[in-house]
Amino acid sequence: MNLTLLTEKLNLEVRCCKDKLDREVSGGYMGDLLSDVMANSKKDDVWITCQSHQNVVAVSVLKEHAGIILVLGKEPDTDTIERASQEGIPLLVTDLPGFEIAGRLYDLITV
Amino acid sequence: MILREIADLLDAKVLAGEKHLGVEVKTAFSADLMSDVLAFAKPGSIMITGLTNPQIVRIASIVDNSAILIVRGKIPPDETITLAEELDIPILSTKYILFETSGRLYANGIVGCIRKIEGPGSVVPL
Amino acid sequence: MSREYEVSFPVKGDNFEDAGKVSVEIKRLLKGHGITGDILRRAAIATYESEVNIISYAQQGNINVRVTDDSISINIQDRGPGITDIEQAMKQGYSTANDRIREMGFGAGMGLFNIKNCSDSFEILSEINKGTLLKILINR
Repeated sequence: MNLTLLTEKLNLEVRCCKDKLDREVSGGYMGDLLSDVMANSKKDDVWITCQSHQNVVAVSVLKEHAGIILVLGKEPDTDTIERASQEGIPLLVTDLPGFEIAGRLYDLITV
Repeated sequence: MILREIADLLDAKVLAGEKHLGVEVKTAFSADLMSDVLAFAKPGSIMITGLTNPQIVRIASIVDNSAILIVRGKIPPDETITLAEELDIPILSTKYILFETSGRLYANGIVGCIRKIEGPGSVVPL
Repeated sequence: MSREYEVSFPVKGDNFEDAGKVSVEIKRLLKGHGITGDILRRAAIATYESEVNIISYAQQGNINVRVTDDSISINIQDRGPGITDIEQAMKQGYSTANDRIREMGFGAGMGLFNIKNCSDSFEILSEINKGTLLKILINR
C-alpha cells in the first residue's frame, strides 16, 4: 500500500511532502522513545508517534521510513516541518490516539 | 477481553497481579510518553508501553489503569514488580512490538480509550 | 466530624527514581478521607504532574494538600529557576525538558496544561531564579 491510499483510509492530514505520497509502506512501527525507534524500526515502515520535535525527522531519515504519523492531535513544530520537507519525509497528522491508528493500519496492511 | 485472554493472545508473561486475570478490559492506551498517559488515559484502560521503570506503576495507579502491558519482551526491574504487587496493578509482558500488540488487540475488539482530541486538550470520550 | 484535612510532603529535585511516590501516597490518603471517582483522579493527576515538574526543574519543593467540605486545594511551592514566559509554558507541547527527562517518558509539554485541565481554578506565580508557586483548586 502506498501513503496516498493510507492517508485516505486513515483520514490523515498531510503537513508536508505531498509529492512523496506514492511511497510504498511495508509495515508500521509505533513508539515515542527515539532510541527504541532507532534500534527496532525498519526501512519502509510508517512511524506512529506523538513526538513532534524535529529530532524525529533525523531518525526517520536514518531508518528510511516511508513517513511519520503524528497522533493525538499533536502538530509538528515549524522546525520539524522545515526539516522534513528538506529531507523528503512525509508528515501526516491525526486527532486519533496511537492505539486506534495502529489498530486500523494493522488491519489494512496485514489483510 | 479479560486479562487472561490478552495474555494468551499475545503469548505474554504475567509478572504481577496473577489474581486479577479475570478483570475485563475494553479500552487501551498505547504510549511511551507518560505525560500523554497522564493527560489522556481513562480509568479501566490497559496501558501499553515500552517503559519498565517503577513510574509506570505509579502512573497506572494515579489514572486507574486496569493493567500494564509491557512490549518488546522487556522485563521490568524488581522494584517495578514489587510496587505493582503493592499497588495492585497487574503487569503483563509480551515479545511483540507496540504496533503489533496494538494491532492484535484492536482486531480482537479492544478500542482506544479516547476517540479523538478535539481542540487543545478537550477529549471526546467513547 | 469535620472533613477538614491537611497534609504536606517535601519533594527533592532531580530524584527521578522516586518520581510519583508522593502523589501515590497523597492519592491513598485522600481516598482514605472519602474522596473518590473523578475528583480523586483529577487531584492525583494534578499532584503527579506537579511533582514531576519539581523533580525535572527545581532543586526542591513542597506539595501541600488541604481538603475542606467543599474543595481540595493543592499548593506546590518550589525553589528553582522560575518560569520566564508563563503563557508559553502553559501551551500544549511546549517544553524545556532535556533528553534525559524525555527518555524517562516525561517532558512532552503536557504538564501545566494537564494540571489546568484537572483544576477548577488554577494560578501560577513565578519569580525568576527564585521559584514557582502553583495554586490548584478542585471543587468537591
